[in-house]
Amino acid sequence: MGAYLVRRFGLMLLTLFGISVIIFVMLRLVPGNIVDILFDSAGMVNPADKARIEAELGLDRSLPVQYATWIGGLLHGDLGFSYVSEKSAWDEIAPRIPVSARLAGTALLFAMAIGIPLGVISAVRQNTALDYLLRVMSLSGLSVPSFWLGLLVLMGFVALFGTMPIYTQSPRGLGEAVLLVLVPAATVGFRSSALIMRLTRSAMLEVLRQDYIRTAHAKGAWPRAVNYRHALRNAMLPVVTVIGMEAAFLAGGLIVTETVFNIPGLARFLVESIRNRDYPIVQNLVMLIAFLVVTINFTVDLLYAALDPRIRVGG
Amino acid sequence: MSRWATLSLAATLLVTSAAVAQTPKSGGIMRAWQRDSPGSASIHEEATYSTNFPFMGVFSNLVLYKQDVAQNSMDSIVPELATSWSWSADNKDLTFKTRAGVKWHDGKPFTANDVKCTFDKVRDLTPDKFRKNPRKAWYSNVRDITVQGDNEVTFHLERPQPALLALLASGYSPVYPCHASAQVQRTAPIGTGPFKFVSFKQNESITLARNPDYWKPGRPFLDGIEYTIVTNRSTAVLGFIAGKFDMTFPLEITPPILRDVHAQAPAAQCVTAPLNVSTNLIVNRDKPPFDNADVRRAMALTIDRKAFVAILSEGEADIGGTMLPGPEGVWGMSKEMLATMTGYGPDIAANRAQARKIMEGLGYGPNKMLKVKISTRNIATYRDPAVILIDHLKEIFIEGELDVVETSVWFAKLARKDYAAGLNLTGNAVDDPDQAFYENYSCGSERNVTGYCNKDLEKAFDAQSQETDPAKRKAMVWEIDRQLQNDIARPIILHDRKATCTGPALKGYTQMVNSVYNGYRFDELWLDR
Repeated sequence: MGAYLVRRFGLMLLTLFGISVIIFVMLRLVPGNIVDILFDSAGMVNPADKARIEAELGLDRSLPVQYATWIGGLLHGDLGFSYVSEKSAWDEIAPRIPVSARLAGTALLFAMAIGIPLGVISAVRQNTALDYLLRVMSLSGLSVPSFWLGLLVLMGFVALFGTMPIYTQSPRGLGEAVLLVLVPAATVGFRSSALIMRLTRSAMLEVLRQDYIRTAHAKGAWPRAVNYRHALRNAMLPVVTVIGMEAAFLAGGLIVTETVFNIPGLARFLVESIRNRDYPIVQNLVMLIAFLVVTINFTVDLLYAALDPRIRVGG
Repeated sequence: MSRWATLSLAATLLVTSAAVAQTPKSGGIMRAWQRDSPGSASIHEEATYSTNFPFMGVFSNLVLYKQDVAQNSMDSIVPELATSWSWSADNKDLTFKTRAGVKWHDGKPFTANDVKCTFDKVRDLTPDKFRKNPRKAWYSNVRDITVQGDNEVTFHLERPQPALLALLASGYSPVYPCHASAQVQRTAPIGTGPFKFVSFKQNESITLARNPDYWKPGRPFLDGIEYTIVTNRSTAVLGFIAGKFDMTFPLEITPPILRDVHAQAPAAQCVTAPLNVSTNLIVNRDKPPFDNADVRRAMALTIDRKAFVAILSEGEADIGGTMLPGPEGVWGMSKEMLATMTGYGPDIAANRAQARKIMEGLGYGPNKMLKVKISTRNIATYRDPAVILIDHLKEIFIEGELDVVETSVWFAKLARKDYAAGLNLTGNAVDDPDQAFYENYSCGSERNVTGYCNKDLEKAFDAQSQETDPAKRKAMVWEIDRQLQNDIARPIILHDRKATCTGPALKGYTQMVNSVYNGYRFDELWLDR
């Protein structure tokens, strides 16, 4: 187990190093840099001023020097500063982490709370009207684009309640603050719940046909106990994989939801920073998201062993 | 004047007079939609009203366009940090008496020296420089700025320039403190305006709070302003309809969206007005075959402006020359005058027949099309007219291919003259010929993207700039504008119009009708809730 952990940790570091190189190079392959963007808002370009600012920001140095400076700073906890806001990169990133974490966490909880039980029900009631209804629901969850669903939800709120849950600086009361988290989370979680539900259903159907399930039923075990204690546990492996993948996606892929609901989270900030070629923000944010994703993958691997004792990570 | 223009102007006047009729109440936080995250808080360093809208309230100018008068003109300029101004006998020295007892937001006293510091920095004469300085050219006629004590400052000019006052009255001309660096002004600006800077969170929000030491007694009425940055327009408009915002981003509401707002929020007050931003054709006159004046003339002749207006703005936009047409524009030519210029004639078929003849004379025809890339910025307001332009060019044997340029490198590309033909948008911050002509058409100007250079016409720029009689100056301006259009310097296709909407509780806002850059001091705004 110890050797496995060390090997996985080494792989994590290698992955992060690879990602750091890729994001560093790719950002510089994109046409235009921060100075072009700065001048864009001034509607002109003055070559002398441009050169001066490039020197000021260190963009005139060679790429290896720029990379070494960034990584050196990162290892010492210095993330640099945002070229746009001229504030510390950490001060820009840190307040957005809880916003995205709250949204992603709630969305994942929603997805699991809806997806797993409905997947089980759909499998147990296979080919009944309820199963068909749930399958249509899950299919629509996968088919409906998030931005469309988000706008539809907002329009529905405006039409029905005369208000809507989008971020503003001062939510009116606790109710609105709660809605600001729950509604976007439900909107983004709808797609994830559909995926989890479909996978739970198919995994359950496979397990429900196994001999030991039939045996459990034959010896008179309570059906709910058979379904949830015996079948679901064994059907959970692929579901956990998908939940892990969804968690990784939610760590940085909420751009559409954050945009539609105007949530000041990490994904929207990342996209805006890419648009602004704000290298320190983009590089450090991508590294943060990459770290989260590899950590989630690692955790999922460990969960396999917990769920299925036949899997031994040391092997 | 279109029916909408008349109605808009009438609505503006009605809204203004209705607000004046009520007694203002103090207190409350105004919530406004901000369409994007501004590059910085430093108005002097930016060239977009995404900065003026949230930050103009932090500052004061020497003089300012009166905020409750919809049309900016020399007659609507009022003192702010100045208490009065006077011209020397030769009209080459402009002296301002400045207000005593004014404090910066950090408590330090304002003096006339701050005015000198500000405009010396804009003129690039100070060691602490702006990162970008887009309006340095505005003050190229200023020879020196001197202060006489704490409360008097004089601008010494190379030649008379009455319009300097108009430039100083723009939202783009705030006074900065000597003691604050350019970097401070970009991130946490200090001003003498009605509102103090509280916070600017990138892509999230901007917050201002009432300045209790504001030099204007009893103002501002509002306790503060919260600008929420909403980049998705659909979300923002729904937010306005749902009452989340007291005000939309200025002139951001297009005609179809305006219909939705009227239908779903009937209590909202919306005013449609020109932005003083023109959509124009740019041609690289150094690049063959566009170095041939005949080709450029043919391109200008094929433009069907009415089609652009109908398609892009449902008939709302205006056709004009360089200067914004009336009734909102002060210097625009009449329709009759416009009709006499190249490509403005109402008979499009005849114009195009003439253009085809030119092209055939140059060896082009249905079997030998002139292939050209039409470059434009990757923003819908640029792309859409570029597509229509390509269609119009086909009529005269020019096969255009849309070259969509990443927005970040658009100005760099133009500066390098790395294009053949393209479609551009040009905003005029001040409805005054000095700003429009020198900035966009003078030889060597950084904003003169086509490289048009006519030394004789530049003399005419100077002549109109020195003219003190408004009627004579107007005639000179029309002649210059006519020549610019006939020279195909940068054929103006249309001047766009959009709407601003305010919620029923917000009072005292006047939508300016000939500039989108100057009307956001907000010290007279109040909330009736």
